[in-house]
Amino acid sequence: MIDPTVRAAERVELLAAETSEGAQELKRRADTRSDELGREVGAVLRVQGLNVDPDSVDYDRRDDETMIINMGPSHPSTHGVLRLMLELDGEFVLRTKPVIGYLHTGMEKTAEELSYVQGATNVTRMDYLSPVINELSYSMAVEKLLGIEVPERAVWIRMMMSELNRISSHLVWMATNGMDLGSTSMMIYGLRERELILAFFEKTAGLRMNLNYVRPGGVAADLPDGWQDDIQVICDTIYERSFEYDQLLTGQPIFRQRLIGVAPITAEEALALSLTGPLLRSTGVAWDLRRSMPYLAYDQVEFDVIVGTYGDNFDRYAIRLNEIRESVRIVRQCLDMMPSGDYRSQDPKVTPPPRARIGESMEALIHHFKLFTEGFHVPVGEVYSAVESPRGEIGCYIVSDGGPKPYRLHVRGPSFVNLQAVSLLMRGGSMSDTITVISTIDPVMGEVDR
Amino acid sequence: MTSLSPLAPPGVVTSDGLGADLLCFPTREQYFALVESFKNDGFEMCVDVTAVDYLEHFDRPLPDEVVATRFEVVTNLLSLSKKRRVRIRVQAGNEEPEVDSLFALYPGTEALEREVFDMYGIIFTNHPDLTRILMPEDWEGHPLRKDYGSGRVPIQFKEAPGPR
Repeated sequence: MIDPTVRAAERVELLAAETSEGAQELKRRADTRSDELGREVGAVLRVQGLNVDPDSVDYDRRDDETMIINMGPSHPSTHGVLRLMLELDGEFVLRTKPVIGYLHTGMEKTAEELSYVQGATNVTRMDYLSPVINELSYSMAVEKLLGIEVPERAVWIRMMMSELNRISSHLVWMATNGMDLGSTSMMIYGLRERELILAFFEKTAGLRMNLNYVRPGGVAADLPDGWQDDIQVICDTIYERSFEYDQLLTGQPIFRQRLIGVAPITAEEALALSLTGPLLRSTGVAWDLRRSMPYLAYDQVEFDVIVGTYGDNFDRYAIRLNEIRESVRIVRQCLDMMPSGDYRSQDPKVTPPPRARIGESMEALIHHFKLFTEGFHVPVGEVYSAVESPRGEIGCYIVSDGGPKPYRLHVRGPSFVNLQAVSLLMRGGSMSDTITVISTIDPVMGEVDR
Repeated sequence: MTSLSPLAPPGVVTSDGLGADLLCFPTREQYFALVESFKNDGFEMCVDVTAVDYLEHFDRPLPDEVVATRFEVVTNLLSLSKKRRVRIRVQAGNEEPEVDSLFALYPGTEALEREVFDMYGIIFTNHPDLTRILMPEDWEGHPLRKDYGSGRVPIQFKEAPGPR
């Protein structure tokens, strides 16, 4: 209800006072500290001993020549509630600062109040496009603290599911990236193919997203009957269709012009900014945790680490497209090499007993009751476990004080760190390229804000 | 416990962590120089900066030489060439926790250190822009501290709206 006694000009001020984030926002040049300004224009990185070019830092530009505008937080192309503040000189972007926190729900605080059994349901909601991989990094951290081994079959199921998840996450990326660049058909195709994988997730874990499938000690359920046929169909379909995307996008002149040579980044800059995943690999650094620091059974399967050369938008596109094919390759090997046996650890302190045992065994009943009321106790210690998510290194740092709940759980989100590249990548680019840059960084805001 | 690893400079307490990570326990004064020596030694990337509030656990297991404080800043370094990780746990203080910012060495720690500041109120000296990052600018308190009760504050992110 608008109060007619308040004048329009005052309303603007009130609105600004209510929505302002104060010091977190992009400030005028005159009000910005020189090292912060240097960071925003990328000068800090250049002074770091690389190509020092004093002319590239225009400290003296007057504020009245430029304009600061907001993009987001509710903008269809920012992939969630990301707010970018841009300093524009006409059509060109001089400085950019991401303002985040609009989706912050205190998940790390919540994790301190959930038992280790419940913890997986929490972390799976962080990066909602790659739930399996979040659970994996969490479960591996807990297992390291417990010092338990998971059975061979669980390892391979985990690997297959995380590769399927990588495919589905990259497919969403292909879809939204196509949408951002005006290819609405890609949007539909990407989501159509992802549907195959989500249907398989539903068949296996009961849910399409936020599966809570990988748990400390193994996985929640064995693969469903006839899973081989499903996987075969998924692999064949997606592999074949990845070449249709090639036809649709890769050679398309408008698409190429929007991507090639836009927003390049060097390997030194990427390392200095702690970037991981396709962003780092696009600069030619062949760093993939699956290959470099193998976990699960990645040292037993064959796949290529895709690297780029120029670090531009097109490299990042090509890497993700080819990673879909490599993941299909891994899934096919999982299909052939899937061992038989238990799908979860048989340690009764960690794994709940089978439903049928509860009715006949007092011990099983007690274990079941203890697990789901109190949870299991984890030895004192702290551990960091990292795995390769579709966006980069996702790490889980857990401190245990010996109780049934983590004393501290921290998730190193790749999107959160990769988002720092925004200022550097957008500098000097045109306004229309901001969309492609956000898109190729591929942030998932659930993980950025946690 | 104080095995002097060839990786760490002398004088810094180290031990082996779970999962073959090297742990270092520098003092606040040693911290920046230690990270710098690791950087010169081929640790190209600072993967993660976080902190822990050990309000209830001053008796946690630590090497004998380390004096436990309430706040601990945990920094993860990664060497791509050596394929190794190093975890640095620096005791940051009790009442007014403060450590040096790594911004001058690894610009990528900018957002991570802001997050730690936001969540724990740990000051990073020489950080270019130490503002809140996840919480609203006018938020009171630092949510991940152990004496910050969850559910203590009713969920209302700004003052009651005025007439529009």
